[in-house]
Formats: sequence, structure tokens, C-alpha cells
Amino acid sequence: MEDEKIRQIVVPGEEIKTGKDLKSGHGTYEENNKIYSKFLGIPQEFGSFISVIPLSGPYLPKVGDKVIGIVTDVEKAGWIVDIKCPWQAFLPLSEAVDEFIDIKKVNLNRYFEPDDIIYSEVIDTRRGDVHLTMRSQMSRKLKEGVIVEITPSKVPRLIGKDGSMINMIKDKTKTTIRVGQNGIVWISGEDIDKAIKAIKLIEEKSHIYGLTNEIEKLLS
Amino acid sequence: MGKKSDIVLIENGKRLDGRKPLEIRDTEMKVGVIPNANGSSYVRFGKTIAIAAVYGPKLLYPKHLQESDRGIIQCRYNMAPFSVDERVRPGTSRRGTEISKVIKLAFEPVLFLENYPKTGIDIYVEIIQADGSTRVTSVNAASLALANAGIPMRDLVVGLSGGKISDTIILDLDGKEDNNSEADVPVAFMPNKKEITLLQMDGQLTNEELKDIIKNVMKNGEIVYKKQIETLKKRYDE
Repeated sequence: MEDEKIRQIVVPGEEIKTGKDLKSGHGTYEENNKIYSKFLGIPQEFGSFISVIPLSGPYLPKVGDKVIGIVTDVEKAGWIVDIKCPWQAFLPLSEAVDEFIDIKKVNLNRYFEPDDIIYSEVIDTRRGDVHLTMRSQMSRKLKEGVIVEITPSKVPRLIGKDGSMINMIKDKTKTTIRVGQNGIVWISGEDIDKAIKAIKLIEEKSHIYGLTNEIEKLLS
Repeated sequence: MGKKSDIVLIENGKRLDGRKPLEIRDTEMKVGVIPNANGSSYVRFGKTIAIAAVYGPKLLYPKHLQESDRGIIQCRYNMAPFSVDERVRPGTSRRGTEISKVIKLAFEPVLFLENYPKTGIDIYVEIIQADGSTRVTSVNAASLALANAGIPMRDLVVGLSGGKISDTIILDLDGKEDNNSEADVPVAFMPNKKEITLLQMDGQLTNEELKDIIKNVMKNGEIVYKKQIETLKKRYDE
């Protein structure tokens, strides 16, 4: 692999030829035993699957995704959360609070208010009804930090292999960073400006090889 | 239209602007021209210029337009008042509504709308300069803008118009040819699947002539398709 080498890019409808017997993965579809791309993106192999990572586009929620959202409204028995996807996400009361609550007496603002930032997990996406839960590990309200938005498809690149990229940024800038699958990044700590700079650079140059070295240079 | 005019449109195998019958005007394409939009493009065919912007998919309002099992496309085609010699009255027109509808229909089989229930995808096409074949130019612009927006597509869509002047098949009609030709046939198709998504005809043609035009459009559309691919990939070639 050469430094700064550009990855192969495919356009929608382009046949992906690999020469191997691979199955159609995310971002692709199969017709007449041929695999075509759905997106303008970078083809990548994952085990026996071939996928296309889009270079841009909206976030499509999947069950099990950890996302960062902003509470926009309080309902009778839950909260409406903006997770930057085409639909509104709903956080039901039963998935957020363990104790018994008499909703006639208790004001739900006590738990989450509009403009609160939460880290939660997607549990249902059927027919555009996105439901969230706070019961999973690490789920909590995020306080005192800065939010940055990146293209959702570039989240894996930001995290890197086994978290290598994100851990490097955390170490070098002494910050705490949480990345939601929906492309919202929450940063808190010492050198926030530098961390934001690095994240923006990753978003801009995600299709180039040797990105880790470049980020290392920027941060040192 | 439909009848022969006095202007000589084709002489010694050359058209008014010096093109051969099957030659396409010089084209220019760009993507990402509107930062606010999710996807956008600029397409020029000769003197015809179209700008397209795509927003969404986003939750669709008013609610009665929502479909619970798939998303819908909303398209608006608009000609700027200064786009032609005589001022176009701004606002909706019979012609604008029709073209908006055919562009919408041209993209419905292409997008994976079932992945986006209850949502709408907005496509806005503005013609800022018109010189014939505006609806196929709009289709090309919308295709690039959708790919730029990262919306899942089965294939890109290529639009190209064909026509007939004094028994000669021509491609990519300009304004004068559009008004005075015996027939014009806008075609939009998926270049990889070889499926037609838009086909209209104005004027009179025999079965064979129509088939001949479609064949030539599909063949020469490859040039437009290559240009689209080049435009989409160019942005990432630093």
C-alpha cells in the first residue's frame, strides 16, 4: 500500500468485479448472479461479503446501533429524540427509567429535558418507527461537551481498526470522545479544538490510504 | 411541430451548428455546487443549463402524503424567467407540471424507496438557460445530484433526446431543431440495465424510425454515461 493512494471508487449501478466468490453485503444488491453497487462509494471485503461504503448520505438506523441524540420534545410517556436520521426516534419511558413512575404526578423533565444529549441504543426500526433504549451498557446522558457532526458512513474510518484512530486522538489531545453510529461525535476534555480538527480531516480524506500517519503528524 | 418548416435544418449532412446528425453537443457536468443541499449538480448541454438539488430523505409532511411502506419522490422542474428569449411567466405551468411528473416517474424505478418508509425525497431542477432538450438535461442533473446525495440507486439514469429532420435521425436537439423538427423523442434509461424509464414522443414517426431513434440514443448515451461517472469520481481524485 502506497501512502496517499486513492481507493477504488464505484458509482451506483456499477458491477463490482472481485474475481472471488463473494456474497452481496451492505450497500450492494444482486441481480442475475452479479453484484452491483447502490452508492457512490468504496468497495470493501468483509469476510465472505463484499460491501460498498458510501462517501455521503443519510444515516439509516439499524437495531443495535449505539447513537448520540438530542432530546427535542417530552411526550406523555417518553421523549422524542433527534438522531439525524430521516425519522424521529422515540425513547419510551419504560426503556429509560427503572423505578416506578406515576406519570400523572411526575414531570418527565426530571429525567431528560429538551436539548439534553443522550447516548443510547436503537432497539426497533420497523416501518420508520425508531425506538431507543437507555438500558444498554454505556448509555447515559452526556454533560459538558461539544458536538461535531460527520458523515455517518465515515464513522468506521474515524474509529479505525479496534479503535486505533479514535484512541490515538483521545491520547494525544487528552479528551474523552464518544462516537455515535449516526455520525454525531461528542467531545469533552482538554484540547477540544485539536480533536475537532483531526476529526474533520478524517472526514475530508477518508478515501485516502495512510490517513493514520497524517493524523499523527497533525496531532504531534 | 409535426410539420415541415421553411428553415433548412440539415444540409450536406451537417446541422445548423455544424454537428453531424448523431453528434452530441459539448457537455459540462459538476457536482456539489449547492452546499446547503444533500446533493447537487450542474449540467450543461450546449446552451442548455440545468441545476439540480436533492434534499432528504426526510420525514414527509403533510402527513396524508406519507406512504407507510415506502418513500416518495417530490420533484419540481422550473424554468427561470430569463432562461429563454421571451420571458417565462414565473410559477406553475402546464408544461412545468408535466415535466416534474415525468422526471419523478423516471426515478421511481431507480431508487430503493422501500428502505425509507414515511419519507420524501425532494428533487429541485432549475433551468437557468434553455436551448432545447431541457427535460433530458434535467434527468441527467437529477441523476448526478441523487448519486451525490448518497441515496441508494439501482443505476444512474442517462437522458438523451432524439428526433427526425427530413428523414434523418438526429440526436440531442437544440432549441431551433426542437421547434422545427418533424418529431422529437426524449429518452431516459438505465445504462447498465438497458431499461428505459422515460420515453415521450412529439410528432410523427413510423415504428421503425422510433426503434431506430431509441437504438441510437441508447448507443450514444454511453458518452453521457461516461461523462457522469467521470464527474462523480473526479471529486475524490486529489
